[in-house]
Amino acid sequence: MGVDLRPTRQRPRPAATTRPAGATERARWRSRIDRLDVKASPYLYIAPFYLVFAVFGLFPLGYTLWVSLHDWELIGKGPFIGLANYAQLLGDPYFWNSILNTIGIFVVATVPQLVLALMLANALNRWLRLPTFFRMGVLLPMVTSVAAVAIVFGQLYARDFGMINWLLGLVGAENVDWRGSKWASWIAISTMVDWRWTGYNTLIYLAAMQAIPRDLYEAAAIDGASRRRQLWQITVPMIRPTIIFTVIISTIGGLQLFTEPVLFERSGHMAGGTLRQFQTVTMFMFENAFRDHDYGYGAAIAWMIFCLILIASLVNFLIIRRLGGTK
Amino acid sequence: MSAITGVRPTAARAPSERPRRRSGGGAATRLWRASPLTYITLVLTIALSAFPIYWMFVVATRTNAVVGDVPPPLLPGGNLGENVGRLLAARDANFAKGLLNSAIAASAVALSTVFFASLAGFAFAKLRFRGRNALLLVVLATMMVPVQMGIIPLYMIMVRLGWAGELQAVIVPFLVTGFGVFMMRQYASQAVPDELIEAARVDGCSTFRIYWNVVLPALRPAAAVLGLFTFMQTWNEFMWPLAVLNPDNPTVQYSLSQLASAYFNDYTLMFAGTLLSTIPLLIVFFVFGRQIIGGIMEGALKA
Repeated sequence: MGVDLRPTRQRPRPAATTRPAGATERARWRSRIDRLDVKASPYLYIAPFYLVFAVFGLFPLGYTLWVSLHDWELIGKGPFIGLANYAQLLGDPYFWNSILNTIGIFVVATVPQLVLALMLANALNRWLRLPTFFRMGVLLPMVTSVAAVAIVFGQLYARDFGMINWLLGLVGAENVDWRGSKWASWIAISTMVDWRWTGYNTLIYLAAMQAIPRDLYEAAAIDGASRRRQLWQITVPMIRPTIIFTVIISTIGGLQLFTEPVLFERSGHMAGGTLRQFQTVTMFMFENAFRDHDYGYGAAIAWMIFCLILIASLVNFLIIRRLGGTK
Repeated sequence: MSAITGVRPTAARAPSERPRRRSGGGAATRLWRASPLTYITLVLTIALSAFPIYWMFVVATRTNAVVGDVPPPLLPGGNLGENVGRLLAARDANFAKGLLNSAIAASAVALSTVFFASLAGFAFAKLRFRGRNALLLVVLATMMVPVQMGIIPLYMIMVRLGWAGELQAVIVPFLVTGFGVFMMRQYASQAVPDELIEAARVDGCSTFRIYWNVVLPALRPAAAVLGLFTFMQTWNEFMWPLAVLNPDNPTVQYSLSQLASAYFNDYTLMFAGTLLSTIPLLIVFFVFGRQIIGGIMEGALKA
């Protein structure tokens, strides 16, 4: 087997004369590929995002508008009815009820949540032993599975044997039917949302607080400002852009609140209680589209939520612009 | 996915490590030292944070007979195995399948998001091409759009494709997000020196080899955070699986909602489910907690 199978490096003379031509051809080919690589690669690399977004994000969103102009009880079957779905929607008391619930829960949840996050961030901004331990502890609720939270709180808020009512009983209060009325259910759902998200907002605020120059506080302390005054007169104004950011994020999330109230209800009916006391607008959309298979009506609701979110974001954005707080 | 992502307006970076508590009592020390009240507040907060998770564990290890006791049982019992056994045998919930499906979907979405987002982030940060800035603006704009509201046509697409009820329906629409692209772009522009890329080019590397051998290793920390967040987000997705899947082929959150409606009096069974659905996330958190906190504090992360 002593045969050398490798291609001979030194070719006979005639071949050698043609070699430079082949090499230049190959080099030209190579450089053409290189140029193509340099030119096309960026587009190729960013294409998957645009493709996925166009097909599964933008197109469905736009098509929602089209669907909302139809009376579709079956997918793709039904007459064009113009704005009739919207007209019906604006006269539908259940729709306005769900808007009221959504905004109610949003306010009851968000205001205490952000104030609490501010206080906690202020505490975490001190010199602490075990800072990582405290930060992880504050963030812990965010990493629980979302349906699990709703189920656990649902049990804690049970009317007859729930721990919350037991604790209230210790201080002499009557049992509260947490699913029974608007306010009670709003409060219960808000605590679930707050339990889960306060820690996240705390860390956002903490990051912003750490960027505030420390000598501001030292100067204020020399002037005799108390810690509380330092918080409201130095910290809050300095992190205002961040506060507005968390308000925007909470608004967008709050207007789409779904999982917590659905699992708080437990039956999966999407009605938000017997009298719809905690049916959010997203639940209302889901109920119409996926339980009653009234896709046209559901799409009209979805489009209204979309517009609500856009308006809310725009208002927030204008406030930021006016305050001139962002970079 | 579950929430819109955004960019934090202030690019706050933690200042250099705060000085360890000094001996002696300068004005600064007095100003920044945490008072006992601060510690008490924080410890109470953490107790409140941890309690529902601990309560999950307590109820999951008890029998239904004692859950309604007054005062409530506060220590774990010995019935965890039995409760988990009943949970896995509960036909309507398909819990084991839900866990498996969620593990597959969350891993697939996380891996693919990291891959495509880092590829696109690299292109936006380090490659020159026509329309780059405008295209990047489009990415930013998509982060502000609540695409969940397109859920009805999205469902119709899935029916057309024959994917309704199939696991790919909860994977394919989320293969890459604008948030991921933007995050990787931000990280790549400061973590990968241009000279490194030039050098690799001179050595004759193709663009993809530069990505794979030079850029991706440099992006590893940010990629890890993005992967973790995407995993948790997909694991927690609820509305879309509820719309497109069915009880025979659920994700874990869907299984839990089935449990909550079918077994609403059987607390120990439900809580065994909540416990099992939370444990994977807790493991992720305890292993990578530092990175997750760093990710939230450094950038615009929203799960």
